[in-house]
Parts: sequence; structure tokens; C-alpha cells
Amino acid sequence: MSSRITCIAFNTFREAVRDRVLYNLIAFAVLMSGAAVLVGQISIGIERLVVINLGLTAISIFGIVIAIFIGIGLVSKEIDKRTLYTMLSRPVRRWEFIVGKFLGLASTLTVNTLLMAIGVFGALLYVSRHFQRSDGWLLVALYFIVLQFVVVTALSLLFSSFSSPLMSAVFAFSLFIIGSFAEDLRGFAAMTHGLIGWLATGAAYLVPNFSALNVISLVAHGRAVSGQLVLYNTAYALVYTAMAICGAVLIFDRRNLK
Amino acid sequence: MKPSPRVTIVVASFLIVCFVLSVTVLRHLDKARPTATLEEVLYISSPKVLKRLSLGYNGLLADIYWTRAVQYFGEKNHKNGARFDLLAPLLSITTTLDPHLIVAYEFGGNFLAPKPPMGAGRPLEAVELAEYGIRNNPNEWRLYYNLGFIYYTELKDYSGAADAFRRGSEIPNSHPFLKVLAATMAQRGGDIQTARILWSTTYDTAQDKTIKENAVAHLKALQVDEDVSILESLIARYRERTGRLPGTFSDLITTGFLKSIPKDPRGYPYELTTDGRVEVFAPNDLPFIQKGLAPGYVAPVTVKISSHN
Repeated sequence: MSSRITCIAFNTFREAVRDRVLYNLIAFAVLMSGAAVLVGQISIGIERLVVINLGLTAISIFGIVIAIFIGIGLVSKEIDKRTLYTMLSRPVRRWEFIVGKFLGLASTLTVNTLLMAIGVFGALLYVSRHFQRSDGWLLVALYFIVLQFVVVTALSLLFSSFSSPLMSAVFAFSLFIIGSFAEDLRGFAAMTHGLIGWLATGAAYLVPNFSALNVISLVAHGRAVSGQLVLYNTAYALVYTAMAICGAVLIFDRRNLK
Repeated sequence: MKPSPRVTIVVASFLIVCFVLSVTVLRHLDKARPTATLEEVLYISSPKVLKRLSLGYNGLLADIYWTRAVQYFGEKNHKNGARFDLLAPLLSITTTLDPHLIVAYEFGGNFLAPKPPMGAGRPLEAVELAEYGIRNNPNEWRLYYNLGFIYYTELKDYSGAADAFRRGSEIPNSHPFLKVLAATMAQRGGDIQTARILWSTTYDTAQDKTIKENAVAHLKALQVDEDVSILESLIARYRERTGRLPGTFSDLITTGFLKSIPKDPRGYPYELTTDGRVEVFAPNDLPFIQKGLAPGYVAPVTVKISSHN
């Protein structure tokens, strides 16, 4: 079982690389080096801040876009190319296909993030000539960004298991935006009462919570991130991802592929 | 190919467990970040930048910011937080996004101006907000009324208040009382009757339940202040006549100074102390009272405002 999932995951990773997904690294490198050179000339005192904010934000946005646009095609592409039928005619279960595809894209995004992180640290070294102890918190922010990608990938896969690629992209992107305001939603739900209050609270807890995963501005100011937050964010991302993957498996298991 | 029942049961059960776990973790996450819901840092603090970023959907964004302002005030008040640092910027963003959101100006006047713990203690910013509201809604007489109110209650600037009420009274279809208020303010600034007229007008004209409750609490406080002043003057006259302080209110009744045991607006009898002072029972339920308090009494941080008292 694990070898089949690993095989699907590895092929997904290889396919993503072949699809020139990592070309975004070039755009990222241009952005970072341009920002590092430019900001030193046009601004005073916020060079480090701009490099960290811009770098981490770019990693997050690039990754989210990749997670959505590759994630939505993971199932539909296999159906269009008819490779899915070949795969499922072998002793591969549908849930193994979904889990393998998810792990493949998640690892692609992790590798992509690692490479971009090297770029951020390089630009940071260029503008400030040395690293500070507080720069270590950037790794926590990067870890949270990877958790964000994992959740978005699972959601894209969930939508692609029952919808067209275009609609899946719309759903996944909308949910990402809504999830970024999840805390506000829970706050608004807390103000309502009765049946509407229950429904609003249920909906607020059902949407993914991305706001707690964003600590970019915090680490840009060298502030520490609590261990408790790391623990809860990890637990939340894993549980929510598992939930989305379960949904994808349940739907895909029932899907008529004829 | 038929779906495997075993896979369905296992995956569906796992999904439910994961959802329950995600809610549990999220609740812990909220506790780990106590200021997460109402952050002390605004995402974007410039109202003008926000307006540009709203891509024309500034009405909806204003509604969202207004809700955040209400939440912020409620949350701070509920948690005994005496600082309302973000209230002014939240109101500023809200009214820049939607300059015609009248309730935001009313809210500003009632909760931005009063001293902590009742409000943010920023009367000048409240005046600025009200003036901004008037510039954008020159025909809305309530805004002139709010402005006059801030001048009167927080800044004790009676000529400023009179001017605001006068400007409001010139608006077509404005409340006829504005003319009376302008004249009264110009004549005699800070007496109880003037304050009573103002709070009664607020109660009659406000549409928001919280503002109405706030007005009721102030009216009750004015009643108590007036009652205590009258009772203490009667006690002084009793002392002049008999040469001693009354032991109970019954002494004042038997000598004809009072007809019955005096009661506060909640229906509780006033208490007469041995040194001839009048105190109210459970003063925590009567925010805003200035008189009838025990020496050294400190008001609680969270103030209970309820029209049911």
C-alpha cells in the first residue's frame, strides 16, 4: 500500500517539475534581488523589513497559486489523458490515488518553498550583511506557510474530485480568501444568537482558518512565535487536511468515471 | 466499480473525528492568541489606502469595519479593558469608507468621547468625527445634536454646544427641541435640568438600543443626583429647626419635610447615614451617579447599563 502511494506521489512530483512549476523560482529570484537592490536606494531603515515581508508574502502567494492551479488538475488531467483508467485497472485503490496525488503536490510545494527560502535568506544577508538571532523565527513563518500550502492543496484536491478545473479553482481561491478572515467570521458568529447563531458558528468552524498561520509581520519585527501556537497550528493543519482528504476520497470513491 | 462500504465507513468516521478535532484545536488556538479576533493592530490603518483597495466595494467594507468597531468596543467593555485605542481608527476607517453611515457617528459620540471606563476618553476625536459627519451629511440634524452633546457633556464647552445645536436647528425638518437646547445652553450651561432635557431628547430620537439604554442610565443618575441634593438640603433644614440630625427618614416624615420614604429610580429606599448623608443602595447598578456614594467608593471598571433596572 505505502509503496503504491509513494510511487503515485513521486510521479506527481516529477510531473509537476516537468510542467515547469519550478520556473516560478526565476520570477521569485528576480523579485527578491530587485527588491534587495532597490529598497536600499529608495528607503531608510526598513530594508530588512521589506525583504522579509516581500519575500515571505511572495513565497506564500506563489505557493497558493501553484497549490490551487496544480491541485485542481490532479484528477481531471488524469481523466482527460485517460491515464487514470490504466492506473485504476492495476491494484491501486481510489483512496491511494488521492492520497498519493496529495503527497506528491505537497512535497513539490515544500521543495519549492525551501528553494525560495534560500533566496529570502540570501537577500537578507545582502541587505543587512549579517544574520540576527531573531531571523530564526523566519523558519517558523516558513513552516506555517508550508502548512498553509498543505491545507490549500487538500482543498483543491477535494474540489477537483467532483468539479471542473475552472470551478475548482474558483471554489479553492474563494475558500482561501474566506479562510484568511476566519477569525472575523467567528467573531461575527459569536454576536448572533439562536438557530442563526448555531448555523453561523458551524459555518465559521467549517471554513479553514488561515489567519493563525500568517505570522509574517510578526517575525518581520523579530518577535517570537509561541511554541503553543506552533503546536496548535500543526495539529490544526494536519486535522483539517485529513478532513479535506477524507471528503475527497469519499466523493472520488463514488464518482462514475465512465 | 462500486464503492467499498468498508472504505466509506472508515473514511466517513475519520472525517467526523477530524472535524471535531479541528474545532477543538481551533478553540485552543483562539485561546493561545487572545487578541486574535479583535487584533490590537489593524491590518491596514490608512482609511484612504483601504478605500482604494476596496475596488469600489467600500460600502460592504465599511459595514465590516463598523461591525469590527462594535465588536471591539463590546469585547473591551466585557473584558474590563479600560483602553479603547483602536476605536477611533476603526470609526475613522468606517466613516471614510462610507461617509453616510450615520450610526457610526452616533456611536462615536456616545462611546468615543466619555472618559474610561465608559468610553475611549477622546472627546476631541469625537468632535472631529462629528464634524466630518456633518461635512458629509449636512442635512442630518442628529449629527449636530451629537456634536453639541459632546461639547456639553465631555468638554463642558457650553458656547460650543449652543452653536452646534443652533446650526442643527437651522436644518429643515430638524427636531424642534434643538432651538430650545441652543437657547438653554446659551443661557445656563451646566444644570441638571439642561442635562435631563439632553438625555431625554437622546432617548426619544436615538434608534439604537444601546444608545437608548445609555440615555436611560444617565437619566436615572440625574434623578439620583437631584434626589440626593434635595434630601440633603431637607436634612440641613431639619437640623436647623431641631438642632440635631434625623435618625431615619421617618423623622423627616413626622416633621412634615417628607411625605413618604424616598426611593431611588430602581425602587430601593435611599439610606440615611448617621452623619446625615444620603446614600444609594448598591451603587454599582447606577453608573454615572455623582452623589449618594459612600466616601472612598470606586466605581467598577465594567459598567452595567440596563434599561430593566
